[in-house]
Amino acid sequence: MPKLLEAKKLCAFYGATQVLFDIDFAIEAGQITTILGANGAGKTTTLRALCQVVRTTGSLAFNGGSGEVQLVGKPTESVVRMGVAHVPDGRGTFTALSVEDNLKLGAYVRKDRAEVALDIEKAYTRFPRLAERRHQQAGTLSGGEQQMLAISRALMLRPRLLLLDEPSFGLAPLIVAEIFRIMMKINQEDGVSMLLVEQNANLALDLAHHAYLLETGQVALSGPSEQIKNDESVRRAYLGY
Amino acid sequence: MEALLYQIFSGLANGIIYGSVALALVMIYQATHHINFAQGEMATFSTFVAWALIEAGWPYWGAFFFTVAVSFAGGLIVQRVVLRPIEKAPVLTNVIVFIGLLLIFNAMSGMLFDHTIKSFASPFPKDSALATKYFSAHQLGSAGVLLVVLLALFGFFKYTSVGLAMRAAAQNPDSAKLVGIRVSWMLGLGWGLAAAIGAVAGMMVAPIVFLDPNMMAGILLYGFAGALLGGIDNPIGAVFGGLVVGVLENLLGAYVIGTELKLTVALVLIVGTLTLRPDGLFGKKVVTRV
Repeated sequence: MPKLLEAKKLCAFYGATQVLFDIDFAIEAGQITTILGANGAGKTTTLRALCQVVRTTGSLAFNGGSGEVQLVGKPTESVVRMGVAHVPDGRGTFTALSVEDNLKLGAYVRKDRAEVALDIEKAYTRFPRLAERRHQQAGTLSGGEQQMLAISRALMLRPRLLLLDEPSFGLAPLIVAEIFRIMMKINQEDGVSMLLVEQNANLALDLAHHAYLLETGQVALSGPSEQIKNDESVRRAYLGY
Repeated sequence: MEALLYQIFSGLANGIIYGSVALALVMIYQATHHINFAQGEMATFSTFVAWALIEAGWPYWGAFFFTVAVSFAGGLIVQRVVLRPIEKAPVLTNVIVFIGLLLIFNAMSGMLFDHTIKSFASPFPKDSALATKYFSAHQLGSAGVLLVVLLALFGFFKYTSVGLAMRAAAQNPDSAKLVGIRVSWMLGLGWGLAAAIGAVAGMMVAPIVFLDPNMMAGILLYGFAGALLGGIDNPIGAVFGGLVVGVLENLLGAYVIGTELKLTVALVLIVGTLTLRPDGLFGKKVVTRV
């Protein structure tokens, strides 16, 4: 089976500063892949490189159903149009617009109006808290609600690949558990592939099928989540528990 | 009393024009967070185009809509060609380019259409039944045209997905890209809309002040004062601000400071608003969480 996404010799730069150094990784269709690592290891940058928000070199072969496409060099908007949805760090909601307008914007590139309306209802069923606040300005939502909105907005694209940047950041444990439970459900029921970046390694390894460990912009090791989780030396050296 | 009423109503009539110019300024500000200083000269140029068409024998409304369409395309092209390369440049770079555009459009108007003052026809008949002693038919007609423009814009931003995308792109360009909005084109669209509105304002003001290359210079200042007073990010506020400026200017001119100092009213309002209430009367305070 072909990989959904295959990165080869991927490098990323902020101005003249190189942050990723020739990293290779792959995402299987239908699976959740996670990227772990310390602060500054290049986790967020990897997601940004996938969306072509930062300058990148190397290869990103994406196979979203209609043949293989090279993402490197494409404008961000085009990458999104191919079915890559990004939930950025800081959530990136449109704070001055209503919850409903945020969801509509998530489906901006879709043309099937009737289906979009159904998906909005689906988002409200998934997160009833959003339904209560549908006409409220997104900036007035709590952190957890904003994260729910950010994930829902990304799903409105009906993405092939969902990129999640620290969905647990700054949230209460109960909310985090709820969001992760729903993410697992989305993966299992709708078959959405995900690339998850997390600080909370335990949580991410429970959810993901496959994990990569980044260290100062390079892949230190990779393998099935189970294996990484149970490897005591790896845990002590890289995950700090 | 009669005279006072007359001053108020004729102030409102001017205010309608200021309101349209303010609206055009708000359009570009919403999309790009810049004030386009060339707005007035671009509108004048559009008005000259309409004038040339009417002189060539076109019916008024044919020339009107054609000019609006050409202006929209022109605004879009100016953004694509001149401003896109400096989208990421500092504000001052943009300001210099705006001033350059102002000079270019002013000179082009003079070069192509001559500096002599021209009369511009009003589409509204002089002896209409609607005309009263306070309002001429042209003033009422311009008010109607502005209302239509305002309603159309309101509908566009509120109910169409492109309108929503434009608001999103203005507010958070990075996130807008992440939902697939072509942000740079949204800016172009904002320029097109502003140029089209400016053209409408120019064609409505020309029958009153006569057409020459510097027609909009003062009006742009009043429009700017109106936009600031109403709130630079609020289209309805901008029109309201324009009306207030029109009335204030007329009343102060007639009873307090005399007609020579009228323009000072606009300048005082600009400085006053920026110092005392930078968001304007109806400017939106966006709520954000820390």
